[in-house]
Amino acid sequence: MDGIFLQQMVNGLTLGSVYGLIAIGYTMVYGIIGMINFAHGEVYMVSAYLAAIGLAVLSFFGVESFSFLILGTLIFTIIVTGVYGLVIERIAYKPLRNSTRLAPLISAIGMSLILQNYVQLSQGARQQGVPTLLEGSLRFTVGSGFVQLTYTKLFILAAAFVGMAALTYLIQYTTLGRMCRAVQQDRKMASILGINTDRIISSVFIIGAAMAALAGVLITMNYGTFDFYAGFIIGIKAFTAAVLGGIGSLPGAMLGGLILGVAESQFAGMVNSDYKDVFSFSLLVLILIFRPQGLLGRPHVTKV
Amino acid sequence: MSGKAKTYLVSATLAATLVSGVVHADVVIGVAGPMTGTYAAYGDQMWRGASAAADEINSSGGINGEKIRLVKGDDVCDPKQAVAVANRLIDSDKVSAVVGHFCSSSTIPANEIYADAGVISMTPAATNPQVTERGLPTVFRNCGRDDQQGTVAGDYIADVLKAKRVVLIHDKDTYGQGLVDATKIELNKKGVKEVLYEGLTRGEKDFNSLVTKVRALNADVVYFGGLHPEAGPLVRQLREQGVTAKFVSGDGVVNDEMLGAAGGPKYVDGVLMTFGKDPRNSSAGKAVIEKFRTSGYEPEGFTLYSYTSVQALAAAFSATKGTNGEKAAQWLKSHPVPTAMGIKEWDSKGDLKVSDYVMYQWGSDGKYKQL
Repeated sequence: MDGIFLQQMVNGLTLGSVYGLIAIGYTMVYGIIGMINFAHGEVYMVSAYLAAIGLAVLSFFGVESFSFLILGTLIFTIIVTGVYGLVIERIAYKPLRNSTRLAPLISAIGMSLILQNYVQLSQGARQQGVPTLLEGSLRFTVGSGFVQLTYTKLFILAAAFVGMAALTYLIQYTTLGRMCRAVQQDRKMASILGINTDRIISSVFIIGAAMAALAGVLITMNYGTFDFYAGFIIGIKAFTAAVLGGIGSLPGAMLGGLILGVAESQFAGMVNSDYKDVFSFSLLVLILIFRPQGLLGRPHVTKV
Repeated sequence: MSGKAKTYLVSATLAATLVSGVVHADVVIGVAGPMTGTYAAYGDQMWRGASAAADEINSSGGINGEKIRLVKGDDVCDPKQAVAVANRLIDSDKVSAVVGHFCSSSTIPANEIYADAGVISMTPAATNPQVTERGLPTVFRNCGRDDQQGTVAGDYIADVLKAKRVVLIHDKDTYGQGLVDATKIELNKKGVKEVLYEGLTRGEKDFNSLVTKVRALNADVVYFGGLHPEAGPLVRQLREQGVTAKFVSGDGVVNDEMLGAAGGPKYVDGVLMTFGKDPRNSSAGKAVIEKFRTSGYEPEGFTLYSYTSVQALAAAFSATKGTNGEKAAQWLKSHPVPTAMGIKEWDSKGDLKVSDYVMYQWGSDGKYKQL
């Protein structure tokens, strides 16, 4: 247990918590309507642009303090990204609600291409960047080495934790959450009991988009750079995290994200970064061989 | 209208189009590179350079009295796309010459297609040796090669920086890895053995785990082979984790966008890179550069390389009185061409006879200059 190991742990956890936030969008949508929303990575990408726009507008109006800046940007990004989530669901998925299962999958891929190209055309193909918002870092001496924890990373860990806690509360303890769980268990029964299932499905898309928006703001803060293609790789990683943790399961998505992030970082640190993706996907294969439902997923039972 | 009349009309229209195609016999030159996508900034430089050259040549009479018309080919720096673009330029745009491509990994497969069709092509930017090492007679390169660039970088790291612990990182792409390998050969020749040689994934933004590894190795130089979208976050994360090693790279980061990708002058300060002698300082191109600047565009990076590529191709076509690729290629290999970057000469492989790589450094003001 030395400084390097701990530093890789920190790297992995920050990366993993962001994967987890995005994975939530995949897993919730899958849980409720049984489809993979391939446009979700692009929703994250849109939110990265929105975060930069929010920051620019707020700084233009002379907002200097970090907490106001980030709070304002967060609220703005979450609301607008939520609207994106809602609109995407209305346009691309709702009309296909009762068609074959493949149809919404194809329209999801189409949606993802539309979003990519729309952002590329409207914002330009250039790399976008934002300056560092939160300067400075903590440094702990561990054995012969040290662990460097930038304030940005600390903020990401804290914000991701708060975001996940708020989501857990929402799903477990509120009426909306109870309705979401009811629709997930049995959509027809829920609608017989008077739940407006279409509205619940829409809110799930909004919640997923809001989580992606949180991730978008955090990543933009941390790496300071993004482009219209940024959603692709991270979307695939987050989807992997959702499957790893058991698709359909919320705690599974968070756990899957953290495991994936830490596994990548530790492997890159100890062995070789050329093969880190090979390693994380081998891990996924292994877990799926022994637990096909994922780590925390419920086994699929055919109802008779 | 009866079926027969319709057929006549269609064939008449067709014939008219064909005839008009012959009448307006422009010299069509394809400009192929990453016009969109992550590396679009370079495609923009290429297009601006080539367009300015075409305008200049057209306003002074064109090639043998014919106007140059440019067509864009967008390969997004993706080898598969590059092949499709190359086929389209040959088959439907009927180009006589191509300026491109940008990325070595795109240029290599695309060149095969141009060469098969006997179309002359000149890349303003692809530096991988393989571009001209395959014996294709109509392939030219209007910039240096990675083995030359790597030699300059390796010498600088070993002799000027006197580095003992060098980390080599590449982006697993033809250009990036080729450049790192060339630098590695030179370093090893000088007795400097690298402490780490690893690749990162293009398109990712988080290199923290790699950075931590570099930190643990106490490196004094990090040499990166790749382009600015990865170089920016990499250098930023190195600095954020407190790594003070010198960051050295190649001509893949010669772009003001490096600044945005890294997140500000604070991070790019001190970054070193190899690139050809700044073409903006050449006296031959003074008028051209002035023209760019008055139009509000700074001809940085590969702009003038594309400009001079069009000039060279036009000169070859004018001299050989036609657009035959093989004849033009033979002519170019035996005649010096005066360009906006001075006189250029090509050898029998299609490489420039003189390479002029020098070291540049980014300053704390967010600008780079020749050392």
